[in-house]
Amino acid sequence: MTDSTGSRQTTATLQTAERALAAGVKPRKYGSWYVAEHRIRSMRSYFQTIIATSIGNPLVYLFALGVGLASLVDKSQVGQGVAGVGYLAFVAPALLATAAVTVAGEEATYPMMMGFKWNPIFYGMNAAPISGNQIVNGMTIAILARMLPTAVLYFVVMVLFGAVPSTLGIVSVFSAVLTGLAVALVIMSYTSRIEEDKGQMAMIMRFGILPMFLFSGTFFPLTQLPVYLQWIGWISPLWHGTELGRVLSYGMAEPTWLTVVHVAYLGALCFFGWKITQRVVTRRLNK
Amino acid sequence: MSAPVITANLLTKKYKEVAAVDGISFEVAPGESFGLLGPNGAGKSTTMRMVGAVSTRTSGDLSILGLDPNDHGPEVRSQLGVVPQQDNLDMELRVRDNLIVYGRYFGIPNKTAGKKADELLEFAQLSDRAKAKVDDLSGGMKRRLTIARSLMNEPRILLLDEPTTGLDPQARHILWDRLFRLKEQGTTLVLTTHYMDEAEQLCDRLVVVDKGTIMAEGAPAALIRQYSTREVVEVRFGSDRNAEVAERIRGIGERIEVLPDRILIYSENGEAELQKITEMGLEPITSLVRRSSLEDVFLRLTGRSLIE
Repeated sequence: MTDSTGSRQTTATLQTAERALAAGVKPRKYGSWYVAEHRIRSMRSYFQTIIATSIGNPLVYLFALGVGLASLVDKSQVGQGVAGVGYLAFVAPALLATAAVTVAGEEATYPMMMGFKWNPIFYGMNAAPISGNQIVNGMTIAILARMLPTAVLYFVVMVLFGAVPSTLGIVSVFSAVLTGLAVALVIMSYTSRIEEDKGQMAMIMRFGILPMFLFSGTFFPLTQLPVYLQWIGWISPLWHGTELGRVLSYGMAEPTWLTVVHVAYLGALCFFGWKITQRVVTRRLNK
Repeated sequence: MSAPVITANLLTKKYKEVAAVDGISFEVAPGESFGLLGPNGAGKSTTMRMVGAVSTRTSGDLSILGLDPNDHGPEVRSQLGVVPQQDNLDMELRVRDNLIVYGRYFGIPNKTAGKKADELLEFAQLSDRAKAKVDDLSGGMKRRLTIARSLMNEPRILLLDEPTTGLDPQARHILWDRLFRLKEQGTTLVLTTHYMDEAEQLCDRLVVVDKGTIMAEGAPAALIRQYSTREVVEVRFGSDRNAEVAERIRGIGERIEVLPDRILIYSENGEAELQKITEMGLEPITSLVRRSSLEDVFLRLTGRSLIE
């Protein structure tokens, strides 16, 4: 009697466990994509802003710099331009990488912190079968999903302005996205641990993104800066991304090892930013 | 009896050296409605997070549906519905979309999730709010939406952490009614509460938790029988006189508890005890004879009131 009850019990438990094991397969496999899907759905609410800025930004910047500033610079540097090319071609890859970095600055800051705090959706995801690592992956995929079209649109406008001399230039879309991704993941490794908003996001923009934009060889070659300021460029992902973009977009001359360093540096930032963020998020969820 | 869906054995969670949950053991049978009753900070929510497979235990054993949540977190969570203490709905999405994205986390196809969402909005009496912003919902509606969300994956076990805290009485009753229906359909409910009436209404069986340990276990009525008398007389003589009067009436009833604002006299016959008091020439400012409740059980077990 006890035996049969016992075995019935075991069978019931087994069935239950098996059902759970089967139900876990899809979330384990595709969980990151579900998170990305959720984020992209949320982006719909500011979709118009996204579109307006992704088309408006390149138009405004390239018009101002290409038609305005470039004519001035090119006139004063008759025959040689900046670093051997027209100013527009020089500045365009930097602007392209900056566009990707701007997306990173928006999507890796507030949405990451909010997920724990003001709109604590990460806890909800984690109560469902989604893991901390998958949350980070999904957030990253969603950032890419916004960054890539932004960069493509920027590139199209660049081509229309005649700012891309080389056919290899199309690859600079990816170098820009790599740059943006590196910045995003580094920011996320910090914003994911913020418990209280004390204006850190504004600090990131003012003392992180903005100086990076100004001192990364964006508007003039890094070598124009005094040596004691050049280190900002060397550690700046934007400088590495911009230089990479210039190599691709107009064949800027630089030693091959340096090009390898650009890619390796950006890749390393992505990797460590990603791993650290995963660790922070997983720990924070497991209380 | 069929196999328990939850088995906890000496379950412990420590934060640094402090034990939030200190070696608790319990089992929950399928279809049962099981409660953890205790004051704030007793370790109920921590227990719920461990059972919910989001918080790793420090020691002890835990089996949910035959699986160890340490090894099978996502699998265990795929079978649970979770209503957290604090709503974590996505304010950036509309009501119905909240349900759909949540359903997707379990791998439910978009179309199926949409159908399920409509069904559950009906169940939560929110159909007419499907397109509303979450922020525009009342507290009770948000709670119902959270419950609807927790049902998207047709969970085997529903975990509710303080489901009605902060709701007005009407909203609580609507919510209780919905939970009753789930119970009738055979869903296993595990809930924490510091409301004794909620525990009495919803739980088949409960554990009284205090300071991370289990003080007592049983059906609400059995606990009341075991730890309290049938009736209680509550008398107030004013906060400065209560203690003094308590001394004079010692011996009346089976047991007396003196609280800052009132005296409780435990007895099988409240009216008779109250009469004895008035016969002594004492005139309480207010007096009340009521049936014993879980509040009295808790007071007996811990010497403290549930809601402090």
